[in-house]
Amino acid sequence: MFSLLCTGVCNLLIANLLLVEFLHMGTHDLHPHVVDHRQELKHILLFGFCYEDVVYSLPLFSHSSILYPVLVHTQQLPYRKGLTNSARKIDMAIENEQPAVGLSKVAVSETHGEDSPYFAGWKAYDENPYDESSNQSGVIQMGLAENQVSFDLLEKYLEEHSEASSWGIGAPGFRENALFQDYHGLKSFRQAMANFMEQIRGGRAKFDPDRIVLTAGATAANELLTFILADPGDALLVPTPYYPGLDRDLRWRTGVKIVPIHCDSSNNFQVTPEALEAAYECAESMNLKVRGVLITNPSNPLGATIQRSVLEEILDFVTRKNIHLVSDEIYSGSTFSSSEFISIAEILEAHDYKNSERVHIVYSLSKDLGLPGFRVGTIYSYNDKVVTTARRMSSFTLISSQTQHLLACMLSNKEFTENYIKTNRESLRKRYEMIIKGLKNAGIECLKGNAGLFCWMNLSPLLEESTREGELALWKVILNEVRLNISPGSSCHCSEPGWFRVCFANMSEQTLEVALERIHKLMEQRKSKET
Amino acid sequence: MTQTRFSRTRTPEPEKEQARGGGGAAMRVIVPLQGVVQGRGGLILGSIIPCALFYFLQFYLKRHRNDQDDQNESNSPGQNQATRSPSSGQLTELPGLTRNLSRALLSPRSPSGPVSVSGRVSGIVKAADSPYYAGLRRVKDDPYDELGNPNGVIQLGLAENKLSLDLVKNWLAENAREAILGNGKELSISGIATYQPFDGLMEFKVAVAGFMAQVMEKAVSFNPSQIVLTAGATPAIEILSFCLADAGNAFLVPTPYYPGLDRDVKWRTGVEIIHVPCRSADNFNLSITALDIAFNQAKKRGLKVRGIIISNPSNPVGNLLSRETLYNLLDFAREKNIHIVSNEILAGCTHGNEEFVSMAEIVDLEDVDRKRVHLVYGLSKDLSLPGFRVGVIYSFNEEVLAAAKKLTRFSSISAPTQRLLISMLSDTKFVQTFITINRERLHRMYVQFVEGLKKLGIECIKSSGGFYCWADMSGLISSYSEKGELELWDKLLNIAKVNVTPGSCCHCIEPGWFRFCFATLTEKDIPVVMERIQKVSETCKLNR
Repeated sequence: MFSLLCTGVCNLLIANLLLVEFLHMGTHDLHPHVVDHRQELKHILLFGFCYEDVVYSLPLFSHSSILYPVLVHTQQLPYRKGLTNSARKIDMAIENEQPAVGLSKVAVSETHGEDSPYFAGWKAYDENPYDESSNQSGVIQMGLAENQVSFDLLEKYLEEHSEASSWGIGAPGFRENALFQDYHGLKSFRQAMANFMEQIRGGRAKFDPDRIVLTAGATAANELLTFILADPGDALLVPTPYYPGLDRDLRWRTGVKIVPIHCDSSNNFQVTPEALEAAYECAESMNLKVRGVLITNPSNPLGATIQRSVLEEILDFVTRKNIHLVSDEIYSGSTFSSSEFISIAEILEAHDYKNSERVHIVYSLSKDLGLPGFRVGTIYSYNDKVVTTARRMSSFTLISSQTQHLLACMLSNKEFTENYIKTNRESLRKRYEMIIKGLKNAGIECLKGNAGLFCWMNLSPLLEESTREGELALWKVILNEVRLNISPGSSCHCSEPGWFRVCFANMSEQTLEVALERIHKLMEQRKSKET
Repeated sequence: MTQTRFSRTRTPEPEKEQARGGGGAAMRVIVPLQGVVQGRGGLILGSIIPCALFYFLQFYLKRHRNDQDDQNESNSPGQNQATRSPSSGQLTELPGLTRNLSRALLSPRSPSGPVSVSGRVSGIVKAADSPYYAGLRRVKDDPYDELGNPNGVIQLGLAENKLSLDLVKNWLAENAREAILGNGKELSISGIATYQPFDGLMEFKVAVAGFMAQVMEKAVSFNPSQIVLTAGATPAIEILSFCLADAGNAFLVPTPYYPGLDRDVKWRTGVEIIHVPCRSADNFNLSITALDIAFNQAKKRGLKVRGIIISNPSNPVGNLLSRETLYNLLDFAREKNIHIVSNEILAGCTHGNEEFVSMAEIVDLEDVDRKRVHLVYGLSKDLSLPGFRVGVIYSFNEEVLAAAKKLTRFSSISAPTQRLLISMLSDTKFVQTFITINRERLHRMYVQFVEGLKKLGIECIKSSGGFYCWADMSGLISSYSEKGELELWDKLLNIAKVNVTPGSCCHCIEPGWFRFCFATLTEKDIPVVMERIQKVSETCKLNR
């Protein structure tokens, strides 16, 4: 027995090689316990021994205070041939003489986070979409933050201004436009963008067109900034709840981590200096270097703007820690009243642009102009180096010159933009009031909001157990029985279970009525069950 | 939460209750052996395991103290994550399992200094100083215009095709508005304004697949479901690079290659490029021996090679890869078990009689081994529309397609542009005329330009594709080195006022080679260019 143990020690070497592979291997070779908790395993020790030409290794896992040995048949592991690639599927390796050609970690990892309920709900909608006339029992999409309330204004503009969408004869500069591939973007478009951003902020902030970097959507803008501000393994602090897509945008290709700043309903999910400090410490305790804070203002998913004092505190915090601040303001024009939104740009102006080199603003036309299909995003940075680098990096995510031309025409028309911004705000407010009233009638409270295309709905009284599982159970009922696709707070990393994001601007008023009726019915059922 | 999860065990655990009573400090052991070993060697295992466990107990006790400290630290903010982790676990980043940590702490930052940016930034600032970009900037500041600025710099450094732009312009003048907004009476914006699939509209993929087949003269048919569309070929290459290689891995690339590839492949991915030198003695054709040598050298350096990137027709030389070379390449890739990325963005710009063979055709004929082959295509060159930013990934690998589709989130094409191009590419008559006329015009320009250079005593490699010729000016350089080459480049730019791309920017191993892009010129510009080059070449010859 003792000799066997010695052989085992010799095999430790092989076993250690196996270790990394083991954590990435397919689930079928593993004991279910290990599969369940693989993500959480903290310390791993390994031990191996030999019996009848089979190497047995004994990986030992500990989680919290629990020691956890599992015996693994190493002949089942793919270490014999080309152990190198953790990404490879095991089942392929056994049949072919040569293992299948491998892919990168980016390609096979799940850091894109698109397997969360937020995205699963979309699939359910795609399979059975609601239609007023043809599919009245279908799923109503309330998980998509799309603004369709002002399409009529856009259509009217395009009808009256054919120069924007037509090309060639009569349209000067076709040659330049078709060939235009300069990553600076069309000067006329950048100018129009800067003006539009100023207009949205009621003229309280100024934007320099030469600091505007164009990207194909805010998704790309956020990723691009992350690439510039942080190295793989660094961390960004993001207040929770946050937009589920940020997991993908900030982490996937960049290798950067998100450390949450936990906010809760006790103060309407506002960021506090204590929460900032706690998140920073948490990151440091994990040995992560914090490179910045990313906020969405107005917040997605809360649908509320950030107060001036909170912005001051955040700016103070990032200055003290000497880190960056990214302010994602893609919903700034969707604030119901212009005066309620305070941009970080205004704060900087008030401070005479002191410490502005650490501040970067992300903007997009997807929400405020309701044009996500056009894929237009922008980075506005006060840091020259970031502007230059971002511009070069935007080669990977440029906007078609045709689209730039069209939008440059549209946004330089002051009459149109003024009317649009005003009308759009009003329509959104009307929608918001409609849904809040409808939910209130059903007995549901929402966080008080003033911006965005969604409200933050509190269903925690309905939860059978106040956990993430409870929340998802309710979410499933709402998706499959009530047939509404709403986004559970847990997919936004909300620390309190029972909150949901409900979008209201991507449908007609009639459809919204139907959705509210369905919720009303659900609440009635619940009430009658209780009594 | 965690406690309850761990108690789901097959073997009943008598000491479980005890452990819970003892709080976090007590140890519990679960031995779920039966399922795995299935009774094999039961006796021996029965005696070994207690020994082994004792062995580890010592490790455990040693680490125990640290363990507890860790827990206390992450207690308040960490608790919540931990309970939520299993499926929404993106948030919890465990120190034991973090990736890429090694590069993280490179630049120590003093708390009072200016706010720091990532390590990627400095690399690209340097890259912009290369002659390729310097020349482009120079033209931008002082562009030649026959009437307005006859002393300006003539652009021969940009691979752009203006020869057939009039055809595109005429089509757009007639059709653009209807194509974007639909041809019904009512204008409708909902088809373009709302979120569309990020990897491209299916209709557009069908149109692009048809166009690709047409460009390759129906030798191959392309399956629209294997297409992923991106905002230009630049992100297409980057996305493939992200999908096929991890940071620190490498691709083999035959030199000379086009100057932008370094940025596309390396910059954000952290992937390396290993040069595979091609020489003038072989007319810059790729040799498998050179590939093999480069592969082995990379291996010696400890680099893991994940694939080969070729361009066919090649940029900057303009030659085509023969069918035989493609087969050999595939064999090589199979032997080494690596990927092939074939950049065929210039497939429609072939001229002359030589046959163009797409990698897709080879793979079509060979039934096996498709999974390692990926094509890059785009409409910038073949349709002369670089401003429209349309790139194509065509892959035979399902997993690559799935990952690439998700990655197009970061660089998708605007919907109005897609609508416009759907109409344009569906007009097969227009497309056919365009391709034919464009090829004719390219060939005529090529012949005239090469002839002009020949009169000056400058020979070019025979080229059958693209907008450029690859010229041997080694006779004019003062010293046979990169320095001599750049001196000549500087003279051409500042004395002759023509911006050309020196071979060193393309990592050509032999000095004295230059790329001349002629498709931005008109025929009557050629004599002007030749005259200007002649001035410099004469002074160079005199100096020798």
